[in-house]
Amino acid sequence: MHELGIVFHIIKTIEDVAAEQNLTRVSKVVLEVGEVSAVIPEYLQDCWQWACRRSPLMNGSVLQNEIIPAVTYCESCGKTYETVKHAKVCPHCGSEQTYLLEGNGVQIREIEAE
Amino acid sequence: MKTIKLNASVTASNDRDADALRARLNRDGKLLVNVMSSAGSGKTTLLSAIIRDLPQIRFGVMEADIESDVDAQRIDALGAKAIQVHTSGMCHMDAGMTTAAYDALEADDAELLFLENVGNLICPAEYDTGAQVNLMILSVPEGDDKPLKYPLMFQKSDVLVISKTDALPYFSFDLSKCSQRVLHLNPKIRIFPVSAKTGDGMQALEAWLIEQLNRIRTNQNHPLNGWFAPAL
Repeated sequence: MHELGIVFHIIKTIEDVAAEQNLTRVSKVVLEVGEVSAVIPEYLQDCWQWACRRSPLMNGSVLQNEIIPAVTYCESCGKTYETVKHAKVCPHCGSEQTYLLEGNGVQIREIEAE
Repeated sequence: MKTIKLNASVTASNDRDADALRARLNRDGKLLVNVMSSAGSGKTTLLSAIIRDLPQIRFGVMEADIESDVDAQRIDALGAKAIQVHTSGMCHMDAGMTTAAYDALEADDAELLFLENVGNLICPAEYDTGAQVNLMILSVPEGDDKPLKYPLMFQKSDVLVISKTDALPYFSFDLSKCSQRVLHLNPKIRIFPVSAKTGDGMQALEAWLIEQLNRIRTNQNHPLNGWFAPAL
C-alpha cells in the first residue's frame, strides 16, 4: 500500500518537528500533492485516519491536500505546457526534448499545532 | 495553536536514514545493491547465478516480501547468508527497514550485499533504501514497452539487467528499441542483457559488480552515492 508508506513518513517527519519544538498536539496538516506524483488523495485520506489514531500527537488531526498542477518545460522552444494534457511532446513545437518542471512531488507545506 | 511552515519533502526523514546507512556501508567496506523489478522477472534466479559464479566473494542477501520465506530458502541453499524481511503489507522497502535488515543480517564477513526489494515497478523507485547501487531487472516476457509505462524506475536505476534473453526468439521484444527508450529516460544507465539460465552476458554484469565492490574496498566511497534522488 503505497499511500500508507507516505503517511508513515509524514507522521515521522512531524513527530521529529514536534520533539524539537515541544509540540503536544497537531490539529491540521497541509500537504502539497503533485498532479503526477502517483499519489491518490482519497487513499491518502483513508490511510491518514487509520494511522493518526495510533499516534497521540496526531490523533484527530485533519489532512488538507492541495493539488499542485504538473508543468513541463520544452528545451526546444522554451515554453511550458500542461503535462497531463500533452505528456512528453510539446504542443507548441512538437519537440520531445522536454522535462517536468513541477508536479511530481509530495511536500508538507505547514502544520497547525500547539 | 500556531501555524508552522515546514516545506519538507515527505521523504525527508527517509532520505536522512538512507544517507546514514550509505555512510555506514562505506565505512564497513560493503557494497549494497538494491535489486528492483516486477514480480517474476527472475530476481532470485539472477542472484543465485551470481552467487554460484563468484565463489571467491562472500554474499549476504536480504529478501523482502509481503509474505513467505521461499526466496530466502533458495539463497540459503547456496550457502550465502540470507534473511527474509516481511514488509507487513507495504509494497516497498524504505531506508529504516533496510537498516533494520542490515542489522539483522549480521553480515560481518559478507562484502557484497543484495537487497531483493518487493516485486513491483512503482513504489520501490520512490524510496531511497540507502544502497550504493540501484539495479533493476526487466525480463524479456514483460515487453520492451515498460520504460514508457514505468519511467521513474528506469530513471532511478544505475543499472538495468534485461533478463531471460534465452526467451528472445519467442517474444517480440526489440532489444535495441528497449535500450533506446531507456537511454532516453536515463542516459547514464548501464544496460546488461543476460540469461541466468544459459549464462549468456553474466560475465559482463559480474565484472561490473566486482569493479563497484573494489571501489568501495579501496576508496571507502562510491561514485554513485547520493545520485539516487527520490522524486517524492
